[in-house]
Amino acid sequence: MAETQKTSQKITLAKGLNMGLRKAMEDDPKVLLMGEDVGKLGGVFRITDGLQKDFGEDRVIDSPLAESGIVGTAVGLALRGYRPVVEIQFDGFVYPAYDQIVCQVAKIQFRSQGKLKMPMVIRIPFGGGIGAVEHHSESPEAQFAHTPGLKVVACSNPVDGYWMIQQAIACDDPVIFLEPKRQYHADKAELDESATPGPLFSSRVVRSGTDATVLAYGPTVKSAMAAAEAAATEGKSLEVIDLRTLSPLDMAPVYDSVRRTGRAVVAHEAHVNLGMGAEIASRITEECFYSLEAPVLRVGAFDTPYPPSRIEEDYLPDLDRILDAVDRSLAF
Amino acid sequence: MSTQSPGDTPAVSGQFGPDLVEVFGPSQQDGGPELVQLLTPEGERVEHPEFSFDLGDDAILGFYRDMVLTRRIDTEATALQRHGELGIWAQLLGQEAAQIGAGRALRPQDFVFPTYREHGVAWCKGVDPLDLLGLFRGVDQGSWDPADNNFGLYTIVIGAQTLHATGYAMGMQRDGVVGTGDPERDAAVIAHFGDGASSQGDVNESFIFAASYNAPVVFFCQNNQWAISEPIERQTRIPLYQRALGFGFPGVRVDGNDVLATYAVTQAALNRARDGQGPTFVEAYTYRMGAHTTTDDPTRYRLSDDLERWKLKDPIARVEAYLRRNGVADDDFFATLQQEADDLGHRLREGCKALPDPQPLSIFDHVYSEMTDELVAQRDGFADYLASFEGAH
Repeated sequence: MAETQKTSQKITLAKGLNMGLRKAMEDDPKVLLMGEDVGKLGGVFRITDGLQKDFGEDRVIDSPLAESGIVGTAVGLALRGYRPVVEIQFDGFVYPAYDQIVCQVAKIQFRSQGKLKMPMVIRIPFGGGIGAVEHHSESPEAQFAHTPGLKVVACSNPVDGYWMIQQAIACDDPVIFLEPKRQYHADKAELDESATPGPLFSSRVVRSGTDATVLAYGPTVKSAMAAAEAAATEGKSLEVIDLRTLSPLDMAPVYDSVRRTGRAVVAHEAHVNLGMGAEIASRITEECFYSLEAPVLRVGAFDTPYPPSRIEEDYLPDLDRILDAVDRSLAF
Repeated sequence: MSTQSPGDTPAVSGQFGPDLVEVFGPSQQDGGPELVQLLTPEGERVEHPEFSFDLGDDAILGFYRDMVLTRRIDTEATALQRHGELGIWAQLLGQEAAQIGAGRALRPQDFVFPTYREHGVAWCKGVDPLDLLGLFRGVDQGSWDPADNNFGLYTIVIGAQTLHATGYAMGMQRDGVVGTGDPERDAAVIAHFGDGASSQGDVNESFIFAASYNAPVVFFCQNNQWAISEPIERQTRIPLYQRALGFGFPGVRVDGNDVLATYAVTQAALNRARDGQGPTFVEAYTYRMGAHTTTDDPTRYRLSDDLERWKLKDPIARVEAYLRRNGVADDDFFATLQQEADDLGHRLREGCKALPDPQPLSIFDHVYSEMTDELVAQRDGFADYLASFEGAH
């Protein structure tokens, strides 16, 4: 508990999420955590480390290994007035719960004409780059963003992790909360707990530029920032936007940026076909048609299943693939 | 059990325990020897070593009224569908005793998670039957407030609600309303589902979660023998109630056409749950005398002999026989009840036709707790589009 006394410290994303969960549980006794191995073990990524010890087994619930069961019982807990935060251990394990998420979680408010609320957060570590076996590196965000009734957000850094998880828990709507697992223990950032966070469902310009706009979220924000850094050495000025919210999308800052730069590249680890980039490109085209100097380009995973991990870096969009798309946009 | 090679040399031998009981043969045709029954199809009270009906004839009169009125709701709604006033109706004909017995065992603080066929349970919980019609007419997706009567919204996806029920029961545990010894306070959840749902993963997962956390939930399965056209043999190779043992809690098969036995068994199961002793599986052995829904045609897949046999076990007729034989009710009672049913039918008919269609722009309401900017833009665009037709012919 000692660390919460300090107002400023350097933390990883894993720590930021852990601190955010702890704060949410301290603020609201109705907040419960549930998932596989979230208790004594603290989760396979240690995001819930120490929370069962401090909040007890009734509030940090180790569940049977059944994802539909986790989400389905969380629905019941929410109907009883609790605010469950469930952890899906890996992205590729969410599919057994897909029916409960899409048919129940997403629709209960609508079905009941607002009489019932579904304040649930479904945390999903997503994305690749950790050398894992099959089903541990996927990016299913578009499947949830395509479902009305769900909100979908993705954090990209430790500070956002701390604030966004608390904001998602406070939200009365169900939130799919995507965490870039490759970033969990990667970089540290300075967290000021006395700061006031911006709204949850907002995108953010994280680097200003004039020649092209790169849109990213979750794990690709880091790649986009690195790409912008590299491009700067070649005299190209890239603006980078961390989308942060995928449903609803916060497009106003995007339109503003693209109207200035005339070029946009969307980067995500998910498949390009019918991915978030397709929707974003479509909206930019509708809103910024006369400002565009080039078609909106998408950088993402190929439309194949996730490959064996020894070649995953070939599969995933990285700094060079983003720069390649930027170059094609600039050359158009 | 043994396996032999073609040369009659035992390649593998071993005994895996006794042969499974005969599930679907003659010995099981009437529910088998384990069936709990307190009122025979002929209307005679019988004793059971473990379960007894502890209420008087007044309660039986009440159950009878409930069943007659519930059947009338069902008949009326079926007729409304035939007249085009409802898009579809899920009939409960033949399952009145299972639903009234279970419904009347509930206390106000208990919470019900229904399927889409629990019209009798809804009745017991005080939901206006007219409110049930909206979903089937297509004007809403369940208009009652679950908080008003502790009766959840109908769930269309088979078995999904059993997990909700289990989670809700886990919430009750955390709220300290289980096992306190205070009958006004201690609460339980009942999850309704059918024999078809027993094959769903969600139902089996709900058993695991409920057992693991000792959740105060009663799994009430109306085994009406048919999942649309799929017979019970397609869902299970053992009597359903026996499955509970494998999950670590008791299961019991009750005559679902016997309202007294269903009440007694459900009450005992609810008491266990309220007392903190965990889940129970109740298999109410009954029969879907009608179609799955008004769009179904059971003559394509089942024999009329079957139906005729079950008609002899009608849940309402046996109570009427009991009431008449024992002089509990006279002709006046039945005539008055008939009038009450007619009045209810009339109210449903008129009320159903008067249910207003929702406004097109209501499509956008309650998708989220606050409408997103994206949906505001879509709604406004659609409103402008609709307005563009005003004055046009």
